[in-house]
Amino acid sequence: MTEVLQWNDGALVREVERLSGTAVSACFQCHKCSTGCPIGPDMDLLSSQIMRLVHLGAEQDVLESQAIWLCASCEACTTRCPQGIDIAAVMDALRMLAVERKAALPDAHGEQFNRSFLSSVRHHGRVFELGMMAAYKLRSGDVFSDVDKVPQMLGKGKLSFWPRRSNVKQVRDMFRRAQQEDEPA
Amino acid sequence: MRYAFFPGCSLESTAWDFARSTQAVCQALGIEVEEIPGWVCCGSTPAHGTSASLALALPVFNLQKARAMGRPVLTACASCYARLRTANHAVRHDPKEKQRAARITNQPYDGSVEVHHILDVLVNHLGLDVVRAAVKRRLSGLKVACYYGCLLTRPPEVVAFDDAEHPTAMDRLVAALGAEPIDWPYKTECCGASLSMTHADIVSRLSHRLVAMARCAGAACIAVACPLCQVNLDMRQADARKNHGELPETPVFYITQLVGLALGLSPEQLGLNALSVRPDGLLEQLPMPVVSQQGMENCSCCCDAAAEEPRNRSRGTVPIFAAGGRENGTVPFGRAGGSR
Ligand code: SF4
Ligand code: SF4
Repeated sequence: MTEVLQWNDGALVREVERLSGTAVSACFQCHKCSTGCPIGPDMDLLSSQIMRLVHLGAEQDVLESQAIWLCASCEACTTRCPQGIDIAAVMDALRMLAVERKAALPDAHGEQFNRSFLSSVRHHGRVFELGMMAAYKLRSGDVFSDVDKVPQMLGKGKLSFWPRRSNVKQVRDMFRRAQQEDEPA
Repeated sequence: MRYAFFPGCSLESTAWDFARSTQAVCQALGIEVEEIPGWVCCGSTPAHGTSASLALALPVFNLQKARAMGRPVLTACASCYARLRTANHAVRHDPKEKQRAARITNQPYDGSVEVHHILDVLVNHLGLDVVRAAVKRRLSGLKVACYYGCLLTRPPEVVAFDDAEHPTAMDRLVAALGAEPIDWPYKTECCGASLSMTHADIVSRLSHRLVAMARCAGAACIAVACPLCQVNLDMRQADARKNHGELPETPVFYITQLVGLALGLSPEQLGLNALSVRPDGLLEQLPMPVVSQQGMENCSCCCDAAAEEPRNRSRGTVPIFAAGGRENGTVPFGRAGGSR
C-alpha cells in the first residue's frame, strides 16, 4: 500500500468523480455503506474499501475486483451514506472504467450480460428475453444454468419466441449518438 | 384519473401477469390508462452500468412520447419507475444533462412529465377510502409480508413517495383489503435483482433469507411490486429451498393481484396461473367474506371469526449467515405453539 501512496497523483479519484458526478473524496470511512450491503458477504472488496482504494489510486485492485460486478445497484449505500456520496453511481463509473481500460475482468458475467441486454435493445427497441438469454449464454459459456426454467417459463407464457419491435431506427440512432457523447473529449 | 401507461419489457414477458392485473385493477377502480404508443426499453440496470448517456436518453425518449399524450406516466415495474424518475431528476436539476438528453434524442425535454408507480397511484392519488369502499371480498385472515425491495423507495431524492427505510404504503393498502400486513425487518432489503441472470447462487441465498424471514414473522404469503422481486422470490424459491434448506411453499403475489382478488376479479383476470408457487391452497383456506355493505371496516362479523380460524402456520428454521455466505446456525420460525 505504501507503494500505491507514493504513486498516487489523484488521477483515479478525479476520473471516478467526473464519471459518477459524486464526491468520492468526501468518504471518511465510516463503513456504513458496507454494513448494509446485501451482497457484502459475496464481495472480495466491500464498498467502503473500494472508496478508500480509489482515494489511494489503486486502479488495478479496484478495476479488477469482482465486487464492482457483483453490486446489484440496490442503492442502500447511496441512501444511507452520511456524506451524501452516491456509491451506486461510483460502482457504475468503475464498471465503465473497467471496460474502457480493459482491466482483466475476473467476473465478466456482469459485463457479458450488460452487452447482451443492450444489444437486444439496440436491435429491437425492447428486450427480447429469449434472444437475450441465448446471446448471454453463448458469450458467457454458462450454457446450462437455468435451462430447466425455460420450459416452465414458456409454458406460463413468460417468454415469447418473437421479438416485439419498437422504434428500431430511432433507438439505433440514439445508441450511436450516446456512444459519441461518452467518448472522452 | 388518466395516465399514460409505460409497461416496460418485463411486463410484456416474464411479468405479463403484473401487466394484466394492473390493467384489470385500474379498470375496476375507474383509473383510465392508455399505453404509450411506441415506447422503448428504459435501459434498466445494464444501461446505467454501461453508459450514462444511454441511461439518460432511453427514459427521456419515452417521457417525450408521454408528453405528447398530455398525461402523467404510470408504471408498475419498480425498475422502470426508478429509471424514468432518475432521468427526470437529472434533466430537471442539471442543465448540462438536459442539453445532453436533447442532443441524443434530437428533441428538447424539460422534465415536466410526472412519473408515478401504481402503488403511489392507488394509495395516494386514488386514496385508501376509495379502495376500501370498492372491496367486494375482504381478504380476512391473510397474513401478508409487504416486500418493497430496493428501487421503489430508493434513492429518496428521486422516488420519494414513501419512507426509504420504513415504507408503509403497501402495508396500508393490504390492510384496506381486509388482509393483515405483518411486521418484518426485510421490507427494503435487496433480492439481488438482475444478478438473477449472472449469479443465481447469490440470488438464491438472498431470496431464501427473505422468504424465511417473512415466514418467521408469521406471513403466509408475500406481496411485491417489482417483476425482478417476483421472479427471484417465486420462480427461484425451489432453488433456494434446495440450496439453503427447508422453506415452506410461500406464494408471492404482485400487489395488484391481491387488490384484484379483493375487488372480486377472477384468477384469470389477474393472471394467477403465471405464479410458480401455486396460491390456490392458501386462498381456499381464507374465509373471504363477501362484503354486502360498502365501507365495512373491522366488522366484528367476519374479522374476529377470521382471527379464530385455525391456520396451518408453518414452522421450521431460518439459517443465519455469516460473512462469506456460510451458514452459521439456525433459528426456529413459526411462533411457539403456532399450529393449533
Ligand atoms: S457510507 Fe459514505 S462515508 Fe461511510 S464509508 Fe461508505 S462511502 Fe464512505
Ligand atoms: S448498491 Fe451495490 S454496493 Fe451499494 S448496497 Fe447495493 S449492492 Fe451494495
